[in-house]
Amino acid sequence: MRLLTHNSLKCPVKGVAKGYPLQLTIVDMEVDETEVKPDFIRGILPSLEWEGVLVAAAAVGFDGLPESWDTSLLDDRDFILAMHRLLIDIHIVEGVLTCPETGRTFPIKGGIVDMVLPESDV
Amino acid sequence: MSRPETTAPPELFYNESEARKYDSSSRMIKIQEEITTRAMEMLGLPNRPCYILDIGCGSGLSGQVLEEAGHYWVGCDISSSMLSVAAEQDSDTGDLCHADMGQGLPFRPATFDGIVSISAIQWLCYSNAADQDPKLRLNRFFSSLYTVMKRDAKAVLQFYPETPEQAVLIAQCASRVGFSGGIVVDYPNSSKAKKHYLCLSFERSYHVPRALTGAETMSVASGGAMSMAGSAAASAVGTFDALAAASGNVSVLGRERDEKTRRMTKNGRKALRKKHSVEWVRHKKEQMRGRGKAVKNDSKYTGRKRPTPF
Repeated sequence: MRLLTHNSLKCPVKGVAKGYPLQLTIVDMEVDETEVKPDFIRGILPSLEWEGVLVAAAAVGFDGLPESWDTSLLDDRDFILAMHRLLIDIHIVEGVLTCPETGRTFPIKGGIVDMVLPESDV
Repeated sequence: MSRPETTAPPELFYNESEARKYDSSSRMIKIQEEITTRAMEMLGLPNRPCYILDIGCGSGLSGQVLEEAGHYWVGCDISSSMLSVAAEQDSDTGDLCHADMGQGLPFRPATFDGIVSISAIQWLCYSNAADQDPKLRLNRFFSSLYTVMKRDAKAVLQFYPETPEQAVLIAQCASRVGFSGGIVVDYPNSSKAKKHYLCLSFERSYHVPRALTGAETMSVASGGAMSMAGSAAASAVGTFDALAAASGNVSVLGRERDEKTRRMTKNGRKALRKKHSVEWVRHKKEQMRGRGKAVKNDSKYTGRKRPTPF
């Protein structure tokens, strides 16, 4: 599971006020190296949950990200590259996502996160 | 052949062997590719890499098309077996998620540039457990869909309705949560090629894409023309307004025969022979002759309207 996906996920439990960003516990991860698409990174930056980005960066030990971002960073080639490496190239193979509100856990196995809930919680 | 939806719930129907079969069937691959390409065409995405959600991504056949088009995507599916097959692709731009769309899509608001779904959402209409209510699932699905789309995003959801009523049910649920749009039916006259696409947008002024019709000449014997908006056009398109007007009135129109064919059938012929008309009188006389009764010969005066009453 990529960290971009982690940033997009929300806890689906009924009655949850916000449900993100999900806390991230990593058991096993891999780092890839794929082609950077700067247009894509610039396109998604405004809609990212920055708090979630910081949570993910802390969990994988990725340093150097600012506390908040601003539009001047969109032209920073190194920043775009760093965001790509963080969000796209890092894969969580085994781990757990935890909802900050309900404490509900969502396991990650074989790179696939399991968000299915028992019917009673939906 | 019974539909998969009436056989078992999707997480059980698409078990390991079924998932393998699905993914390796060249026919299935070709069909899914075509449908996905068509759905993407209807999405009208901008000319840059976008972030797409693939609902009911299955073994990743549709995801591959998204990737080849240069987009990043997240696929969700309820069948772990299908997802395992999809994971083998090791996609550069796609990610997989085990989720039940009927519980609500587990994503943040305004996340995706576009949504596709290939042959999946009809599964919402079947209740697989005592605590599963299709209407509730449809509502949770469409409400969450409304939320996770960016304001300028669109959704194209190809599905296989079992009946016209099911298609209307799905479309009405989408309309109720606030979407604009409608159902586009490609090749409405071919039972094999016919495909339903639910096209959704936030714009009030949204017009659904034009349907594909294939051959323009409709043979007299062709059947299965389904009317969504009360018009039996070659390309049947139902907008939400028309569907709302037709709701409760949806019927499968069966075969649309033209005037000539209608007159040749038994009932058609009967209708031509209006009672006491010249044709009727002649027909009756012939009938009586057939029964061996004494009947006056036919002449130019047979069945003629008499000038004055007695």
